[in-house]
Amino acid sequence: MARWFVVLGLCLLFPSAFAQSPDGAPAAAGSCVACHGAEGQGSGAFPHLAGLGEAYLRRQLDAFASGERVNAIMKPIASGLSESQRQAVAGYFSGLEMAPTEAAGGPPPDGPGRTLAVHGRWQQDLPACVQCHGPGGQGIGEDFPPLAGQPAAYLEDQLKAWRAGNRPAGPQGLMGHIAERLDDDDLKAVAAYFAALPAATAEAGDD
Amino acid sequence: MTKPAIKKPAMNRPVLMVMAGCALLAIAAWLLAMVLTGGPEDYAERYAGQSAPDDSASAAGAMSSSPRPSASASSASPSSSESGQAAAPASAPATAAPPRSAIPDNEFGELVRQGERIFADPGQFASDWVGNDLSCQNCHFDAGRYDKTASLRSAWPMYPAYRSKNQHVNDFAERLQGCFTYSMNGKAPPRDGEVIQALQAYSFWLAKGMPTGEAPDVRGYPDVGDPPEPPSFARGETVFQEHCALCHGDDGQGQKAAGGAPGFPPLWGPRSYNWGAGMHRVNTAAAFIKAAMPLGKPDVTDQQAWDVALFINSHERPQDPRFTGSVQDTAERFHQHQGQYGKTVNGQVLGEHSPPSGTVP
Repeated sequence: MARWFVVLGLCLLFPSAFAQSPDGAPAAAGSCVACHGAEGQGSGAFPHLAGLGEAYLRRQLDAFASGERVNAIMKPIASGLSESQRQAVAGYFSGLEMAPTEAAGGPPPDGPGRTLAVHGRWQQDLPACVQCHGPGGQGIGEDFPPLAGQPAAYLEDQLKAWRAGNRPAGPQGLMGHIAERLDDDDLKAVAAYFAALPAATAEAGDD
Repeated sequence: MTKPAIKKPAMNRPVLMVMAGCALLAIAAWLLAMVLTGGPEDYAERYAGQSAPDDSASAAGAMSSSPRPSASASSASPSSSESGQAAAPASAPATAAPPRSAIPDNEFGELVRQGERIFADPGQFASDWVGNDLSCQNCHFDAGRYDKTASLRSAWPMYPAYRSKNQHVNDFAERLQGCFTYSMNGKAPPRDGEVIQALQAYSFWLAKGMPTGEAPDVRGYPDVGDPPEPPSFARGETVFQEHCALCHGDDGQGQKAAGGAPGFPPLWGPRSYNWGAGMHRVNTAAAFIKAAMPLGKPDVTDQQAWDVALFINSHERPQDPRFTGSVQDTAERFHQHQGQYGKTVNGQVLGEHSPPSGTVP
């Protein structure tokens, strides 16, 4: 919670970043870049948005506005956007390309997080994360966003939100159903694993 | 400049005795740890993974790395397999395969690892023999380990076996060749080549502890009940759009992952399994779907499974490799089962407009 206040403070300190939108971006995107970066590349605990599916981003904005996805910062921002502005913002960030990055914390940690991500835990009927989020967590299509390189704290928070019912369970209720079978250690481990993978590579990884 | 004199530290007898004592304790602790953890395979395996010749393909490392097998995966014992399935808790099935960390660190172990790599991504590791965008583990989850999706562990003890499909006794190698010919719409790899050898080694290793000469309790796909109503193409289309299209696409052609890596498999069309594959049978597909789909949340009813299996398998796919030149003749000779080959759907005879079979690169 504390980091949200830090960000609110930052936004107040730098109103210019909060108000201006990047070249070619819809005016509404100006509200996003202070935290998610001018190129949608994310910053700190704020996830990157560049290259995520348009339908996925639009669904999130709608859910923030309606309160189904509980988030004190995003609710007023998303509520302040009209339907067409939400669509424009989703389309804009979806169209940006994530620049190739190095893995933030060196090679992904070996261990239970990687096992869950790459192999799943089929004794509990749990698929591997990469089966839907793609090899190396690079994402598949519109509806299965990339996980690689997203902040560990963000990923962990999302899994917790699904478990607590603070985020819509996603298309066909898939993620809600998965998250409820993960314990706290699982969340931490798998979030750390994907956070340590490069967000984008020159050639998609096949980890 | 004068160097400061370095005084040799005094090593008197009490200090030496304490050091020796500590060393003995450390050795004892290490030995105890080896006994308790079952030996240093983890380290050996990690080392082997790093030095694998094809390490540029990082999947190799990924597939061989499982340093901490869960307790339930490693708890298979002869006694647990005799205790009966009803008594076994769901988290520790009596048919659990050995954990990845138990793969031996020798030439055989390397063949086992190669078998798992091929099984997980044949398009990369057996590309000469694969003619579509499928992977073995699209239908046999967790690289052939998952009990509900025709595990390798349960298949291995069933061979050699007489198969009505080709009317002779097949050994496991020939059975694997059939997977490439039909399900992978490719070509049969030679039985003494690396692909079949590695897949056999992997299957043999997974089947450790399985009884031979009798059918395993859990094998193939679990039986799906008869549908309350005859399967319907129209209802199946609705099921498909509501439960399957999210991943497999509105057109059933699947989705690639970012960068063209394997994602969700195509269910019909030129890059899917052909008209000779087991999955083209409506009953087989219904059983698989009921047991395993949608991935991670299998919640369709028996009726829905049958309906959507009929819908999926009422689309064109690569020709039956046994095609005799006539769809009708091929259907009469090889399709006396619950399949749609040779039947008329939406005014078209299935098989008449099939893309070619065996399209290896």
